Amino acid sequence: MSMISVDNLNVWFGNGRDRVDAVKGATFAVKRGDSFGLVGESGSGKSTILRAITGLAPDWSGKITVDGQVISGRREKTFYKKVQMVFQDPYASLHPRHSVDQVLGETLQLHGFTDIDVRVVKLLDDVGLGAKFRFRYPHQLSGGQRQRVAIARALAPEPEILLLDEPTSALDVSVQAEILNLLADLRVEHGLTYLMVSHDLSVVGHMCDQLAVMKDGEIVEIMDVASLRAMKATHPYSKHLLEASV
Amino acid sequence: MTLLDVENLWVKFPSRHGVFDAVRGVSFTLGKERLGIVGESGSGKSLTGRSILRLIRPPGIMTADQISLDGEDLMKKSLKDMRAVRGQKISMVMQDPKFSLNPVMTIGAQIMEAYQLHNSAGKKVAYDKAIEMLEAVSIRDPERVMRAYPHEMSGGMGQRIMIAMMLIPNPEILIADEPTSALDVSVQRQVLDIMDNLVKERGMGLIFISHDLNLVADFCDRVLIMYAGRIVEVCDANKLREAKHPYTQGLLNSLPRLGEPCARLKVLQRDPEWSEAPSVSGRI
Repeated sequence: MSMISVDNLNVWFGNGRDRVDAVKGATFAVKRGDSFGLVGESGSGKSTILRAITGLAPDWSGKITVDGQVISGRREKTFYKKVQMVFQDPYASLHPRHSVDQVLGETLQLHGFTDIDVRVVKLLDDVGLGAKFRFRYPHQLSGGQRQRVAIARALAPEPEILLLDEPTSALDVSVQAEILNLLADLRVEHGLTYLMVSHDLSVVGHMCDQLAVMKDGEIVEIMDVASLRAMKATHPYSKHLLEASV
Repeated sequence: MTLLDVENLWVKFPSRHGVFDAVRGVSFTLGKERLGIVGESGSGKSLTGRSILRLIRPPGIMTADQISLDGEDLMKKSLKDMRAVRGQKISMVMQDPKFSLNPVMTIGAQIMEAYQLHNSAGKKVAYDKAIEMLEAVSIRDPERVMRAYPHEMSGGMGQRIMIAMMLIPNPEILIADEPTSALDVSVQRQVLDIMDNLVKERGMGLIFISHDLNLVADFCDRVLIMYAGRIVEVCDANKLREAKHPYTQGLLNSLPRLGEPCARLKVLQRDPEWSEAPSVSGRI
């Protein structure tokens, strides 16, 4: 059974004359424990799909199913215990005046954990930071360390699904390798399902089993990584994208 | 022929914990070529680019034995004389068009201003020149773009407008600081090709600052690799894959490759010795 299934998803912003259709008729499914990539240029609607799943895009139609449950309206707390998101820019997604301890502690408290002290240390260990980073503020961390904190925060409610919105595009290549390795390890350890957005085909090729190529709000092609590596894209746009990234 | 000769360039920032050296003794020359500068964030590559135009603001301190352009030492020039150099002889394309174009001026007015500042020309001539330049960077419908404001442009268009604006005074040297990293892969190539053609046609020297090793290897003639404010290696761009310095090799190995799948990516192991070793000279 698929962990996430999206059926004929439409997302739009604005009304009437100003209406912009950001996602048009997107359909795909992600199996439990799999890693699925969404690629395409900026404005193609790939991040909007993630936002629609988490409830950050208010206007959408179609059917989204997460672990067998159809999603509609306001998300329940149990939904966020299952699905968590890591954002693109670690410089913007952490509160500048909250220490790492506060960031993680608040998330844990909101999800009803009582053994917060033990869990904060455990989370920091999981993402390879260690307890000495616990009382630091974001400005005392490098870009890669901040992204690790953002990943720790996403892992706090012990989710089954991580939505990754360009998790490494704000980082240097040397740091990107560390974060991608960390994400790969965490997926194995915690049995996570990933839905990952990236504009970099080689990152998706490294991380994912399957991917969808998007253009102008539509999914033009869904293929597995083996055919991506063999350069066997069928749609002219995905061919173009492949050629541009080799 | 050497257009620019930089010798022993230092950039320092005083702080509470003593002086921080951001660029440490960098020397290189630039001919009519495409010179790439690569490195991680914080390696001093952008500061090197900015110091050529003497754009380091106090409290930052910059020193150099010489920065000579056509036999003239830029370090000895007054701030007023520097203004004649900036734009006219050396110009710079910045990373993000969103932050480098004036949001409350039409694009036309900005490009015409760039032209009129360096040429005593009337409005009509400046307008025609600006249209011509926008066409040169393959902007369709240049009349409409001239009337538009920066927020009405996409990232790729904005970056091409920046390039048009920087090339209109016909400088001898163009410094491009991550000109394509805010753009999509598919648009990146297009913008680079435009820049490349213009640079070739006009016989300019280009300094291309980027963190993207593959892009630099493809696009440039010669590459300086910077680490912690020093040049650790200089090599021909087409031989970047055979680079010898462990830092360069580490950076190359940490990239995921479509053709060569692996379970784990190699992580760069930093050696404190790299930042202690003296800077390699990039002079020819």
